[in-house]
Amino acid sequence: MLTEDQSMIRDMARSFAAEELAPGAAERDRTAAVPRHLLDRMGELGLMGMCVPEEFGGAGADYLSYALALEEIAAGDGALSTVMSVNNAPVCAALLRYGSKAQQERFLVPCAKGEIIGAFCLTEPQAGSDASALKTRAVRKADGGWVINGVKQFITSGSIAGVALVFAVTDPAAGKKGISCFVVPTDAKGYVVASIEKKLGQRCSDTCQILFEDLEVGPEALLGDEGDGYRIALANLETGRIGIAAQAVGMARAAFDAAVDYAQQREAFGVKIMQHQAVAFRLADMATQIEAARMLVHNAARLKDQRIPCLKEASMAKLFSSEIAEKVCSDAIQTLGGYGYLADFPVERIYRDVRVCQIYEGTSDVQRLVISRALAAS
Amino acid sequence: MDFSLSEDQRAFQETARSFAAEHFAPNAARWDEDKIFPEAELRLAAELGFGGIYVRDEVGGSGLSRLDAAIIFEELSAGCTSTAAYISIHNMASWMIDRFGDDDLRRRFLPDLCAMRRFASYCLTEPGAGSDAASLRTRAVRDGDHYVLNGTKAFISGGGRSDIYVAMVRTGGEGPKGISCLVIEAGTPGLSFGAQERKLGWNSQPTAMVIFEDCRVPVANRVGAEGDGFKIAMAGLDGGRINIGACSLGAARAALTQARDYVGTRQQFGQPISGFQATQFRLADMATELEAARLMIRQAAAKLDARDPEATMFCAMAKRFATDVGFNVCNDALQLHGGYGYLKDYPVERHLRDARVHQILEGTNEIMRVIIARRLLAGANLG
Repeated sequence: MLTEDQSMIRDMARSFAAEELAPGAAERDRTAAVPRHLLDRMGELGLMGMCVPEEFGGAGADYLSYALALEEIAAGDGALSTVMSVNNAPVCAALLRYGSKAQQERFLVPCAKGEIIGAFCLTEPQAGSDASALKTRAVRKADGGWVINGVKQFITSGSIAGVALVFAVTDPAAGKKGISCFVVPTDAKGYVVASIEKKLGQRCSDTCQILFEDLEVGPEALLGDEGDGYRIALANLETGRIGIAAQAVGMARAAFDAAVDYAQQREAFGVKIMQHQAVAFRLADMATQIEAARMLVHNAARLKDQRIPCLKEASMAKLFSSEIAEKVCSDAIQTLGGYGYLADFPVERIYRDVRVCQIYEGTSDVQRLVISRALAAS
Repeated sequence: MDFSLSEDQRAFQETARSFAAEHFAPNAARWDEDKIFPEAELRLAAELGFGGIYVRDEVGGSGLSRLDAAIIFEELSAGCTSTAAYISIHNMASWMIDRFGDDDLRRRFLPDLCAMRRFASYCLTEPGAGSDAASLRTRAVRDGDHYVLNGTKAFISGGGRSDIYVAMVRTGGEGPKGISCLVIEAGTPGLSFGAQERKLGWNSQPTAMVIFEDCRVPVANRVGAEGDGFKIAMAGLDGGRINIGACSLGAARAALTQARDYVGTRQQFGQPISGFQATQFRLADMATELEAARLMIRQAAAKLDARDPEATMFCAMAKRFATDVGFNVCNDALQLHGGYGYLKDYPVERHLRDARVHQILEGTNEIMRVIIARRLLAGANLG
């Protein structure tokens, strides 16, 4: 059962996504242009800092509401749901939990309102699943500030962001404890967008390679304490994974809805194809998988709302949702036959968009690693 | 059954492999990105005999078997799946003229088709008639020594560019017996094309609707007898299914090879990811399934060559299995590449996009199940 607030948030996000996101999604996929006006609208609606308290510019909602809203936004445009997801958690979540008062006033408030977008610079060309293998280096200056050098890979919103959380090695001898996190305004000298990647899907969300070239920040840029970086990076895995899982459910649902519509109109062998058992049973399986995935997402979100550790449950939700979502989207293409392969119908885009859900925020293999470790520890 | 290749087959395989590596693979990403139909490279392929692989040799064909063709298409597809798949369609259309056309038709069209001086398209599907092909509506009304065609064909590979369109049209009443097969040349008044389709993959070949509006086609361009069209279409599809399955094998093999190379170089947690059992087992499954698919394709091709009475069922099984496996292997290869697999800097996302449509065309994999189930329930020998 949803509370009244939760239902309201879901309904608001659903009508916004249907009216303002879905109609332009195909065009945005073609042009790969980031729609700032829509991100601004999402900010106005409180979608960019949902679990941030109102005093910091957020919506003060619970995690279940966040999952509900992300599902709806993803059903309208998967790429924009990624921008929303990254901005909410990790970026806002990390600033909320670890930020100084000054950092929160300067960066969290505008980020939670969607006035600026946040980027999370953890992954590097040679450090993906193995985040502890970072090479980006931050060296302390005589005045207490820092000079950052390195390369970050697959950075969502890298070219549009106003603020970036940057993970860098501050003490190479200390391993994971030698990593620190910095809050970096992207107009700082030395923040260089090396490339905006061309990719299979999610094309209107920019994914960038970012270079840090002698980028200088003051001592106040450190988020938390020196050496807290790895802890900060891992602190938001639960919310991040609940988010991606909810996105996968939303995209799967959108593809499923398109498949049902089509199956009720298309005729073959003298009847609507919905009347063919092979088509109808496949749709039944798709609906069942979506429902199961949604339950895993809601379960993890509810645990999170109760402040119960839920990394295993969030990983299960992310693993299962992202994998069934690709299957559901593929089944939707199959239901549409040749038309499913064309860009005239939304399913081929959704199918491309949803594929990355098995990769970012921890690959499926990493989810299995987390789940199996939890099993071994129990 | 002997699964080893003959000396000749190993020679075709080697020729096709080195040709595809030299002329297709280095260009495939650009052809995909810029939607280029590579005419020059297609003609080079035809110089090696790949324009009419199983067309008889006195009209310029190579006179090879379906099994030979399957071996060749796997190799071409490993270089560029989309281009190889177009060649397979060109071959199917050419074969229909060779197998069912009279000598006049064969001599008029096949020498140019086998050399790929002219390109061929095959027109069966319509906007409202896909899996249910016998419900096609394009009308051909006899008027003296011409047919007058009206109707629309959909999803036509080569549409708008091809010189020759081998089309199934309705000359008689409802159902499969009212269908005939005609050859329509580009430039015929009343023949026009829809816009080029935007699609997930297969971008090196044009795809468009083919539209007939009072299009007059000589009766002399009919392939086979009036009413033979559906039979010809179905006969063509058996071979077409082997070809497209073979194209899936090529895409999957390329993706598997690239994934194997990648996991050997990518380091995480202090070692190449090829050192992790999860990676190793995934590769092992990919290779095993690919091998099983290849054997099914070759067996089905051999049965078609031998005119086995159950060849249609075996072709359907092989197409369903090889295209599903082919796609899954590409998808696993993408996963092994992690985030890089999602980028266009690596070829695996293109293999995945190209291979996806193989589960849909030449009869969807659902229709393959219909065919298999029908034969099973009719008491086909289960071996």
